[in-house]
Amino acid sequence: MPSWPALISQAFNGLALGSLLALVSSGLTIILGTLGVLNFAHGALFAVGAYAAFVMLQYTHSFVLTVVVGCGFMLALGVLLERTIIRLFYNRPHEDQILVTYGIGIVLVECVRAIFGGNAQRVPTPSWGQGATQLGFLIYPTYRLQLIAIVAMLLLSLYLVLYRTSMGLVVRAGIENPGMVGILGINLRRTFLLVFAIGVVAVGLAGMLYAPVVAVTPDMGANFMAQSFVVIVLGGLGSFPGAVIGGLIAGEIISLTSAFNSSYSEVMLYALMALLLVLRPQGLFGSEGRV
Amino acid sequence: MLTLEDCTRMSLLEVDRINTLYGDSHVLFDVSIRVEEGEVVALLGRNGAGKTTTLRSIMGVLAPQSGQIRLDGKPIAGLPPSAIANLGVQLVPEERAIFGGLTVEENLRIAALTAPNAWSFERIYAMFPRLKERRRSLGRTLSGGEQQMLAIARALIRDARIILLDEPFEGLAPLIVRDLVTVARNLAAEGRTMIVVEQNVTAALSFAHRVYGLNNGHVVFEGTSADLDANPDLARDFLGIAA
Repeated sequence: MPSWPALISQAFNGLALGSLLALVSSGLTIILGTLGVLNFAHGALFAVGAYAAFVMLQYTHSFVLTVVVGCGFMLALGVLLERTIIRLFYNRPHEDQILVTYGIGIVLVECVRAIFGGNAQRVPTPSWGQGATQLGFLIYPTYRLQLIAIVAMLLLSLYLVLYRTSMGLVVRAGIENPGMVGILGINLRRTFLLVFAIGVVAVGLAGMLYAPVVAVTPDMGANFMAQSFVVIVLGGLGSFPGAVIGGLIAGEIISLTSAFNSSYSEVMLYALMALLLVLRPQGLFGSEGRV
Repeated sequence: MLTLEDCTRMSLLEVDRINTLYGDSHVLFDVSIRVEEGEVVALLGRNGAGKTTTLRSIMGVLAPQSGQIRLDGKPIAGLPPSAIANLGVQLVPEERAIFGGLTVEENLRIAALTAPNAWSFERIYAMFPRLKERRRSLGRTLSGGEQQMLAIARALIRDARIILLDEPFEGLAPLIVRDLVTVARNLAAEGRTMIVVEQNVTAALSFAHRVYGLNNGHVVFEGTSADLDANPDLARDFLGIAA
């Protein structure tokens, strides 16, 4: 049995991991819900985000500037991918969509490997996030606390876009019933580009923010993507609140289980998914029907 | 004796010998329908006669294999539903298709988004006070009658030139049907152009000017409701109506 401070510390790690998973999965789930495409390049885009941070930091020496420029880069990459490849696959079968996004993922990861090599790169913690913070009952790395706060703000902005703007209204309606959105005079295709780009920026941001915490390697996104697939199944396909809550649950399960025995943390995650699929196949916030 | 004016006069909507397939099965055979401005037309027929398919073809949800559909004389067959909606055609589907995760007001807001002459919420609420009471409720919490009101309100807020009502009274309590029939009658009296598909023939005929009968994907009858009364055999044999 681990000590209480160790458990609480792991609970915080779970919150940090969970909030990142929430951000990654939000992008994945709104792309799936709106476009109907399961984006298998999502993990590669996470790694691309982390490498973007690695490169920009060497030029700008400012983490904030790095993130701003990095977002612009991810936005451009997202628009490029949607315009040149993804949009050709909206009317194709799901197998084709999976194959093409999987292919995009491989190309991106191998490009990264060709440029930077396969060795792990280090992205330094920003100057304002160094050291540890005394929380009274616990001393915890400052950057990870800031990470939780930053991701919380990003998720809040995403919430505001989805629930307080006309575009968000169209996206939410489109996830539910794309046919009816068309009957009401709205060309959903125009929204697809924006949604895809937002999803790519979200996952790229997660990669940039996570870079100082882990070793940056070309394959770093693979595990994250597998976990975020579990998250969107937990939360309900296409559900933004589901991705957020599912991400936090998954983060805590992985972290708390590894306080006892780290080799079981993923097992527990998949066991929970299996259990939920039996009890509530549509996921926590999912509705029956579509996808 | 046809005058030149009669030949060149354009109907608001003209469905010209369309053939529509649903998957592999041929559903509509050379279906032709005309609807004049300000007219209410009822499509009657048994289940599977092709009534819903006709409405879905007009809306562009299904593209006819052959034939043409004209709005103000301009061909619209083959256009996507969003383009047809923006020309002023509005389907109120049988399943109502209310967005369950959106509030009543959000359902109205999204409907009004691309309509240049959208009505104000107040005008809609004056017509459907019940929707005003429930404007903050999620679509999935509405009763069947409220959902139908909202479905019709979404077409009205767009100020649609022609509204296609698919089974608007289906599965609703008699009292609610009575209210909705009143709404439909008022719309008809104001000169709103509509096509209504309905199993409840009495309700449909109470506000329709003209009737088309469909049987197995063919138009088998065209006339006024008085003409239909004069043809009880036809009504019984082809349309499944005990007149």
